[in-house]
Amino acid sequence: MTNIVTLVKMVPDLVEELEINDDGTDLDRDWLRLIINEFDNHAIEQAILLKERDGGEITVIAPEAEGVEDMLFTTAAKGADRMIKLTGDLEEGVNNHALARAFAERAKSFQPDLILTGVQANDDLDGPVGPLVAEYLGMPYVGYISKVTLEEGIAIVQKEYPGGLIGEMEVRLPAVLGIQAGEEPPRYVAISKVRQMMKTVEIDEQEIPELDLGGGIAPSRMYLPEAAERAEMIEGDEDEIATKLIAIFKEVGAL
Amino acid sequence: MPERINYWGIPHTWGAPELYVYTIMFLAAAIMFFRFYRRASLWWRVGRPEARWDKLHLRLWRVIQYAIAQTRVLRQRYPGLMHAALAWSFFVFFLGTALATIHDHFYEFLYGNALIAYKFTLDIFTIIFIIGAAMAIYRRYVQKPEGLTLDAGFTWTLSLIVIIVLGGLITESLRLAVERPLWSTWSPAGWSLAQIWLATGATEKILTNWHLGVWIFHLLTVALTLITLPVGTLLHALTAPLNIFFSKLDHPMGALTPTAITDDGEPIFASKPSDLTWKQLLDGDACTECGRCQDSCPAYGAGMPLSPKQVILSLRDSLHHNGGKSSLVSEAIPEDVLWSCTTCGACVHECPVLIEHIDTIVDLRRYMVIEGMIDTELQGALTNLGRYGNSFGKSERMRAKWTKGIEPKIKDAGKEAVEYLWFVGDYASYSPTLTEVTKETAEIFQKIGLDFGIMYKGENHAGNDVRRVGEEGLFEMLVEKNIKAMNRCDYQTIVTTDPHTYNTLKNEYPANGGQPVLHYSELLDQLITSGKLKFTKKLGYKVTYHDPCYLGRYNGIYDAPRRVIEATGCEIVEMPRNKDCALCCGAGGGRIWMEEGEIEERPSESRIREAVDLEGVTDFIVACPKDITMYSDAVKTVGAEENMMVKDLIELVYEAL
Amino acid sequence: MNQNIYILIEHLQGKVAEISYIMIAAARDLAKETGGEVVAVLLGQNAKSLASDLATDRVLYTDHVALAEFTADAYQKTVASLIQENEPRAFLFGNTSIGADVASVISARLSLPLISSCIEINGGKLTSKICGGKIMAENELAEATTLVTMIPGGYKAEEGQSENPPEVLSFDAPALDELRVTLKEYIVPEAGDVDISKEAILIAIGRGIQTEDNIELAEELAEFLGGTVCSSRPIVDQGWLPTSRMVGKSGLSVKPKLYLALGISGAPEHVEGMAESEMIVAVNMDPNAPIFDIATYGVEFDFFDLIDPLLEQLEEIKG
Repeated sequence: MTNIVTLVKMVPDLVEELEINDDGTDLDRDWLRLIINEFDNHAIEQAILLKERDGGEITVIAPEAEGVEDMLFTTAAKGADRMIKLTGDLEEGVNNHALARAFAERAKSFQPDLILTGVQANDDLDGPVGPLVAEYLGMPYVGYISKVTLEEGIAIVQKEYPGGLIGEMEVRLPAVLGIQAGEEPPRYVAISKVRQMMKTVEIDEQEIPELDLGGGIAPSRMYLPEAAERAEMIEGDEDEIATKLIAIFKEVGAL
Repeated sequence: MPERINYWGIPHTWGAPELYVYTIMFLAAAIMFFRFYRRASLWWRVGRPEARWDKLHLRLWRVIQYAIAQTRVLRQRYPGLMHAALAWSFFVFFLGTALATIHDHFYEFLYGNALIAYKFTLDIFTIIFIIGAAMAIYRRYVQKPEGLTLDAGFTWTLSLIVIIVLGGLITESLRLAVERPLWSTWSPAGWSLAQIWLATGATEKILTNWHLGVWIFHLLTVALTLITLPVGTLLHALTAPLNIFFSKLDHPMGALTPTAITDDGEPIFASKPSDLTWKQLLDGDACTECGRCQDSCPAYGAGMPLSPKQVILSLRDSLHHNGGKSSLVSEAIPEDVLWSCTTCGACVHECPVLIEHIDTIVDLRRYMVIEGMIDTELQGALTNLGRYGNSFGKSERMRAKWTKGIEPKIKDAGKEAVEYLWFVGDYASYSPTLTEVTKETAEIFQKIGLDFGIMYKGENHAGNDVRRVGEEGLFEMLVEKNIKAMNRCDYQTIVTTDPHTYNTLKNEYPANGGQPVLHYSELLDQLITSGKLKFTKKLGYKVTYHDPCYLGRYNGIYDAPRRVIEATGCEIVEMPRNKDCALCCGAGGGRIWMEEGEIEERPSESRIREAVDLEGVTDFIVACPKDITMYSDAVKTVGAEENMMVKDLIELVYEAL
Repeated sequence: MNQNIYILIEHLQGKVAEISYIMIAAARDLAKETGGEVVAVLLGQNAKSLASDLATDRVLYTDHVALAEFTADAYQKTVASLIQENEPRAFLFGNTSIGADVASVISARLSLPLISSCIEINGGKLTSKICGGKIMAENELAEATTLVTMIPGGYKAEEGQSENPPEVLSFDAPALDELRVTLKEYIVPEAGDVDISKEAILIAIGRGIQTEDNIELAEELAEFLGGTVCSSRPIVDQGWLPTSRMVGKSGLSVKPKLYLALGISGAPEHVEGMAESEMIVAVNMDPNAPIFDIATYGVEFDFFDLIDPLLEQLEEIKG
């Protein structure tokens, strides 16, 4: 029976325009819309796939944030067994080192065989969460994983390198893996199923006693990049544009 | 004085003929009902309950309309007349036998002129029947249209009824040959045939013996037909009227029923026949395998795996071969079959026995959605709809981006009271290719001086196609959000540019204070009639108009858009498949969100070809944003950019203003 | 603590990864501020020759069978022991499948601060790019040895290369037994018919291509221009093109004369692989697509509307 713990966090939704706070030191979190970290979503999918294949139990741990309950219920609807929400003084946006320490403390109590989390998140400032959790728990860490197979005491993983090269590694369990992509894309869960979960399943709230921010950084300044020199736009109707493009192709030597 | 002789030529030597006739008929009928019961009881033993006993008088009227007058069957001329000839003849023969029975036992009235009329009618219908039978034989064995199931069972049934009628005719003609009554010419068919017997010079005795033989044969044939009726293709004689009687009454075609729930409040996701209602199972047994649904299905015509006929027959077979316990989805009916449906409603509209295909397809889709059996593109669209309220995955704030630059700024209906609440719709708001048309619509509204507003980011996808994809939970969520936004507004009428939005707002949203919902073509039509909208130019184009499925077939709006087009001074040339026969563009039912899959010819391409064939027509007029997208692409693929331009109705109005 | 800037050189299958040269260029900027030297750290087996074109002041090299190929545990132990020994001012890693696996673990193991996604170092200020490229964050070095992971985009690889091979000093790796992560084998993607990194003209397709059949259109175009079709990750994930055609962080890095991006939004993971192209022409219906920030020429148009007149006109010219 494999005990899998998945660590998930909510990150800024990049669909919206992002803004900086008045100090110029952090994102303006008042109007920020959050969604689940895409790679954590892949990690959840990988965990569910492993449970479907080999059996086991999945515990999902996530820090409190707007929309985290919906996300946890959705994970429950996909097949996760236990949902944990970490509460505490998380208002100011916590760095990953502090979060990792909190994750590690919680995850330990489940004696997991495997901890899965996304290989990175778009708001990481001090590196991703996964390797930190691994080290705090004294477990090995391998990131950029796109395939996981569990065998007795080990995990056989496929690690992605540039150019499509894959390194197949053997990792001793218990271990933390940073997921780049699950073996299947994250599945869709019908809203009615999620709503059903809301009625039948409980999220376990656990308080983080104290936050230790050591190892993380506080940027001295955050700002929006200057509108970089944009491309020279080509105008006209389709025929005019086609002609202009062909002129450019000639210029570059493609014709 | 014309008189009817009861059981002419039938000897009484072995007892009264009535005894035999009634006994045999009674037994045959009993066996028939017993076998029918065995088959029919599966509907309510396997299927879920559903209340369809209300408004009996309306239901009876439907039976008269569709089962007796057979108006749906008559929508197609050749098979319509053919079937009317066969069916009405049998109605008449049955009536004739009933009247004869009444005459024999209760009240003698078949004499004199009454008898003459009686005989004449029966004979005429015999001739009509024979013509019908000849048409049927030609159709089934020479023409062999694709929609028909050409198998032995149908041959058997056709043969039986032909033999019955011929038997009756021959019996009559033999009697007439012997009796030679004065009024024999009033039985033209029988009398003409009698000439042949007379010409043989056979004696009266021989003719009478033949008469007896054929009469017995006729009796037994009828008995055989009754006995085999419940397991043969004549079953529809019983199931069709029942299906018509129990057809949907209280909600319009455009209103689907929510997911069924058990007594404990658990939702039922249909994957097996036992998850469906008894009425849905009756659908299976009512099917006559005529193939009209298949013939009119855009998916089938495009070479996709769906055939509405096969779906219904699979349902039927699954019920009877396995007691309804085996799964329909994936096993009897492959997933891609169910996903191919555009919910255009042509099948439901054409079906002569009023089968409700779409309800069953959507029910099965609900199961597939819960089980996650959906392709990645659809998953993406649904995720976006759930998260952002639109299928494009763009932020809610971008919904009204198209309004930028419009002066004066369009009213926010959530903040100011307006007369018309314009529910713009997803595609019209977010799709880059459609922004121009949406802007033109706004400009026209402003020019006419309409007091209108939009909900800006309060608007969400109305949910019509989300529901038809089977994501009922997401549909409910979208409805909730939209109702909340609409409740914040103060308005008199809702107007929408999208027929899908129109359909669901009108038919499926909870009655929101009874405010009317209009499609913009209806609004324009009203404004033209009242004189508020006047055109300065007469465009003089020769155009054709494509009826959107959710405006035309689903909601019966055919004339308003046409009047608007004509008011702009254009001449409308109709495509062969027009009004309620219009061919769907292929985007509905969530198809626009799905992977296209294997396709031979897109329905939109077939439609453009149909338009191109019309002489002198330069413009293809549509009234739905998805139609613009689909047909613009189709014009390119078909290579008709030189001859055909796809325009929205509003563009004509804009030009002529 | 010395004022030197250390860099973990990344190499795979006998080749130094481009990010290493980029880090060297960044390190030189930083070293000017701290007054120290730029030191490359090279781990491997019989890999000394890889140091030959590194534009660093020195190279620290260790040779060990367990370091022949990258594995997390072995590298983490070696680098950790080196840092404990030498206490450099800062240590740069690539934000890659190699560097990212090492840097964070060491941050936790040795309690050292970590700055990630750094793109540029200027006058002692480290600038990181996060949130899909929408937000910039500025940091300075901390008091302790500061670990930094770097992303490409701020420097050209040439700036980190040198004709003169640097001095190579050997050091001993720590005990590397009891490793918890071992490499079983490499799975090399099927050699595609084409090596897109060597092509001068690339026609790139993204999600905007919509269906597999439409790829034909791009191929027709490629034929006229004497180029090859490549794509962003989603196309390869769908199975429509082989991995050998993938451009981006997990795919190949390309620098063609002409990169024609059709229906590509310009997500950072893709841009990482093609930003250095000589000329980028982007066609996209969305005027806000990030691709327009790095393109030379942009066309805000539906590619499908453009392709027919384009092919027609090309036909006329050629035929």
